[in-house]
Amino acid sequence: MQEEKGIIRANQKIAADTYEMVIQAEMTKAMEPGQFVEIRLPQFSLRRPISIASINEDTFTIVYKVVGDGTEALSHCRIQDELDLFGPAGHGFPIHEEKREVLLIGGGVGVPPLYEVAKRYRDLKAEVKVVLGFNDSDAVFYEEEFQRLGATVCIATMDGSLGCQGTVMDAIFEHSIDTSFVYACGPKPMLAAVEAKYQEGYISHEARMACGMGACMACVCKENKQDGHYRRICKDGPVFQLHEVIV
Amino acid sequence: MIDLKVKLPGLTLKNPIIPASGCYGYGREFAELYDLSRLGGIAIKSATGTERFGNPLPRVAETPSGMLNAIGLQNPGVDVIMEKELPWLAQFDTEIISNVGGSSKEEYVEVVKKISQHPVVKAIELNISCPNVKNGGMSFGTDAAMAAEITAAVKAVSAKPVYVKLSPNVTNIVEIAKAVEAAGADGIVMINTLMGMRLDLKSGKPILTNKTGGLSGPAIKPVAIRMIYQVYQAVKIPIIGVGGIASAEDVLEFLYAGASAVEVGMMNFTDPYICLKIIENLPSVLKKYGFKSVKEAVGRSHRDE
Repeated sequence: MQEEKGIIRANQKIAADTYEMVIQAEMTKAMEPGQFVEIRLPQFSLRRPISIASINEDTFTIVYKVVGDGTEALSHCRIQDELDLFGPAGHGFPIHEEKREVLLIGGGVGVPPLYEVAKRYRDLKAEVKVVLGFNDSDAVFYEEEFQRLGATVCIATMDGSLGCQGTVMDAIFEHSIDTSFVYACGPKPMLAAVEAKYQEGYISHEARMACGMGACMACVCKENKQDGHYRRICKDGPVFQLHEVIV
Repeated sequence: MIDLKVKLPGLTLKNPIIPASGCYGYGREFAELYDLSRLGGIAIKSATGTERFGNPLPRVAETPSGMLNAIGLQNPGVDVIMEKELPWLAQFDTEIISNVGGSSKEEYVEVVKKISQHPVVKAIELNISCPNVKNGGMSFGTDAAMAAEITAAVKAVSAKPVYVKLSPNVTNIVEIAKAVEAAGADGIVMINTLMGMRLDLKSGKPILTNKTGGLSGPAIKPVAIRMIYQVYQAVKIPIIGVGGIASAEDVLEFLYAGASAVEVGMMNFTDPYICLKIIENLPSVLKKYGFKSVKEAVGRSHRDE
């Protein structure tokens, strides 16, 4: 992890309250899919942990939703502005070269970290199936981006305004998707449903953090085993194997 | 050459900057960023008699110029800390202060008796001021007689000097400070966090599952300064100041009020290199205000000039 001033190359709205920001930074070279960066904004006490959506040569992309004052401030940042970064943080999604088929399940702002996973599997020429869940059609993003990678994309919206009506699990059922190795990120009920159905793969968890580097113990969870100890979502995660921890 | 050295009971600090307990773990994460030997000392995460998992999440909430935390003294227990963390810390040329928490007088005594024997530990920081544990914690630090009783019991078994960390959640902190001094405390660390609360606008309920949490960060700095100023006039034992320090200028303010050294807490989260930056800037700030040493600045506010 390193502290660095990145340069904002793009910051645009791509769906309801949802923005895509491209940042140029040295630390891009050290990034792995599923990791996050800690962004410090003027006037805010704590850094914002934001997952990395895409890793390129010397730029990386984040996709964030305006949910509070901090992300609101982030949405007002301008191109060429400097951004105080610390990262890349945490352990991301391991990529298995031998897998010929993977299923990526994302809900809302849990979708972004799966995009780089899709890129990695495309490079490995594996079949990538993507199921994305949103509240309504206005909230949908990255459907075409995943398609451009050659992935099969199914959308679920809670109000049925696009794709299947219901959750990602409803969409998986409706499209008879039988891929068993999954990568998932999204709201807690979605992750619980994924763990109830699947045995193999990885989940990226979310929690309120303070330090984002494993020191403060704000974001701990318990290991899912007898006499288990704790794991830190920021440092040991945010990605864990399915059934590895109880969040 | 500006002299940053500070000599306190049990502690020879090369500079007055110490990361505060609970904000720095046992140093491992920060050791990936810089050499911990640069620090004056480290106040390591609380030790209790047995492993504590702490409170349910969410445990933190941001506030203007600060944050609330209700971690709940999560730690692996004194035995694991002595087996795994202290031997690892021995590689660094910095003074280790062991923060000790507890739910009963017996627990404090048992933990201090064990951990103060460890050669790496140079001093004990008696945490009778944590607002986030149900039994003990702050309740010992908000009553002068109780604070004195625990201090005396711990002093009787400790192999190292004992610094008592005081709670600001009291009507009269001077009374508590005098009580722990009379009970044999070698020094005072002040202040711990101020008890606070934040509510979620959608649900109307507290954001923290523990409902209340301890407020830290620059928001509490003026409270810390005021309390140190008052306590300095009332006790003879040294004070280690803590509460919202974010710059070398802040350190000078704490020294003026009467602190001999300082601990840096929340700002380690905002800027993981903050301790190093303060250490680097301190000589020029001291020089700017006409000091040749840290020692000269201690208690300046109380002197006729």
